Amino acid sequence: MTYKIDFVENRKIYFIITLVIVALSVGSLLIQGLNLGIDFVSGTRLDISMDKPVDLAKAKQELEGLGYENPNARVGGPNKNILIFRLDKEITLQEKEKISQKLGSVFHTKVNVQEQVVDPIIGRELAKNAIISVLIASIGIIIYVTLRFEYRFAVAAILALFYDAIFTVGMFSILQLEVDIVFIAAILTIVGYSVNDTIVIFDRIRENLNIVKPTKWEELSKVVNDSIHQTLTRSINTVLTVVFAAFALWLLGGESISNFSLALLFGLISGAYSSIFVASQIWVSWKWRSMQKEKAGDKLAAE
Amino acid sequence: MKVRKGRLAVFSFLVVAILAIVCTTTGNIWNNITKGLDLQGGFEVLYQAEPGQKVNAQIMKDAAAAIERRVNVLGVSEPEITVEGTNRIRVQLAGVQDQKKARELLGKEAHLTFRDPTGKKVLIDGKDLKQNGAKVDFDPQTNQPIVTLQMKNADKLADVTRKYLGQPMPIYLDENQLSAPVIQSVITGGEAQITGQRTVEEAQELADLLNAGAIPVKLEEKSSFAVDASLGADSLRESLIAGLYAVLAIFIFVIGYYRLPGLIAVITLIAYSYLVLLTFMLMDVTLTLPGIAAFILGIGMAVDANIIMNERIREELRVGRSIPAAVRAGSKRSFLTIFDSNITTIIAAAVLFAYGTSSVKGFSVSLVIGIIVSFLTAVALSRILINLLVRSNILKSPGLFSVREDEISDL
Repeated sequence: MTYKIDFVENRKIYFIITLVIVALSVGSLLIQGLNLGIDFVSGTRLDISMDKPVDLAKAKQELEGLGYENPNARVGGPNKNILIFRLDKEITLQEKEKISQKLGSVFHTKVNVQEQVVDPIIGRELAKNAIISVLIASIGIIIYVTLRFEYRFAVAAILALFYDAIFTVGMFSILQLEVDIVFIAAILTIVGYSVNDTIVIFDRIRENLNIVKPTKWEELSKVVNDSIHQTLTRSINTVLTVVFAAFALWLLGGESISNFSLALLFGLISGAYSSIFVASQIWVSWKWRSMQKEKAGDKLAAE
Repeated sequence: MKVRKGRLAVFSFLVVAILAIVCTTTGNIWNNITKGLDLQGGFEVLYQAEPGQKVNAQIMKDAAAAIERRVNVLGVSEPEITVEGTNRIRVQLAGVQDQKKARELLGKEAHLTFRDPTGKKVLIDGKDLKQNGAKVDFDPQTNQPIVTLQMKNADKLADVTRKYLGQPMPIYLDENQLSAPVIQSVITGGEAQITGQRTVEEAQELADLLNAGAIPVKLEEKSSFAVDASLGADSLRESLIAGLYAVLAIFIFVIGYYRLPGLIAVITLIAYSYLVLLTFMLMDVTLTLPGIAAFILGIGMAVDANIIMNERIREELRVGRSIPAAVRAGSKRSFLTIFDSNITTIIAAAVLFAYGTSSVKGFSVSLVIGIIVSFLTAVALSRILINLLVRSNILKSPGLFSVREDEISDL
């Protein structure tokens, strides 16, 4: 059988690409950090939606006129009709009404307001709990996969999972997109999807290992290449269906979930990538090393 | 081979029955699913007990109950009041009309006290009020609205009024003095009055507040979230439109790629979506905007099981197996793959449920529901449907499974 792509042969290139992406993500996180939404830093967020696209410059002017200096405002929503105004303090109901009345009269439009006031402790607690949960879940997955498969599969799957999480968080850092509580849910979805996606390829490798018992590198590499190719259509088609969904949500789903959907989009594509180019490659390299060690041990025993 | 019409009839009946049930009852189910306040407008407040007070599970439960009674005054249809952790209460009022009033009402501790003339010493406490003992009445002389209070223990009121006869006995709500009536005579009937209410509505509100009872701990607002009703409706509409396009794209893709099994996958996906919504309704899951997004994404993920099985069947066909043999081997071999990949996700979801808080918990519940339901539909239902077709002997061409003749090698 001839391959269109020899996945295993080029694994060093994939490792380098993967490491560069990780380095960029971590670097960006260290240097510019995340653009944290008010779930994580205290303050108020007003989403002021109007009947028509918002003139940001004019809106900022009006907010300054109301006494908010250098207002942190931006425009969002599919029709650019939502003014997102963030303050680092709480505001009273009267102030909120004043803002919406003022903007309503200046822009001659009906104004609807969504207001969020947050104490960052809650968001941070949630993020902390989510990280702890992912770590515990990883241990659970490692135990299950070790029992059903072997520990190398388990560890490789978890490394791919972490890669997907780091990539998605990193992209949000690089692009400085706002991160809120819903983002945590997106990361958790990605984590679930990533393992699921990887296991399907590993399952095939396990099955093929039962048919051929590889002893040489060429044989082992062929098993992995075959397995990836046999599941490739599935990998592509599955990621396409979820990407259809995430893309539609991002494009049409409205401002409140646009970042959530974008995170999913990044993470799901990364999940499909990492199953083939990270998890499988880690496994095959590791497995080969172990096989060589065993062989060396056997030789020693024979002498 | 003879075409078995019986199997074909069962197949058609199943498909028609599924579609009929889905078409006729989905609307009802949808209307019965509780929508979060981000979808129907409303507001949410997270309170935390101020530090330095005695707090335990019972006190927090009592506080939540007191808030609940108070919310009922507002006439919100489905308030959600939950104690979180050891010292927090989350109040979610979806569909509340007057947010300003709701906030005022919730923010008050509503601790009623009768005090001595200096206003320092508490003589009678709100706890001495009879259940539903506060009522609106009118002053017979001035015709002004007043609130009458029926006390549990008439003797206590009599004792106090005897002691302070001729002096004022101010009545406080929290630290605000409501009125300071001068005791004209010893009150023996156990009934006191609060005057000074400007309107009947104001008096009614006070009476309701007093009947709802005091909140036993001092609470501070930690976070709040308010959505205008029309914005909620917009979000709901936008996410549903996005969902419609997503689902259409998935359906067209799956049928286009997998042909007959793709069509079966679409039927099972319809059943999947229906059953997930039904489970949401039965388990009283509150659907939020991210919840809808996760649900739509879940449809994309549920296809995975169909895709794995169909790919397996195609492989078996390509190595030259007959259609019945390929379907049998394909569904059998794909089962463990689907099982293992889903179990790992369930492990993740179970941990998230155990350790996560509020929104993470809700998310993990829908994740688990999605996986279990997709197991039923994508594995069980699609096997039943495809086997019925296979056994009816009408499937002759591998092209139905999107396998070209020239791809098939000799066995």
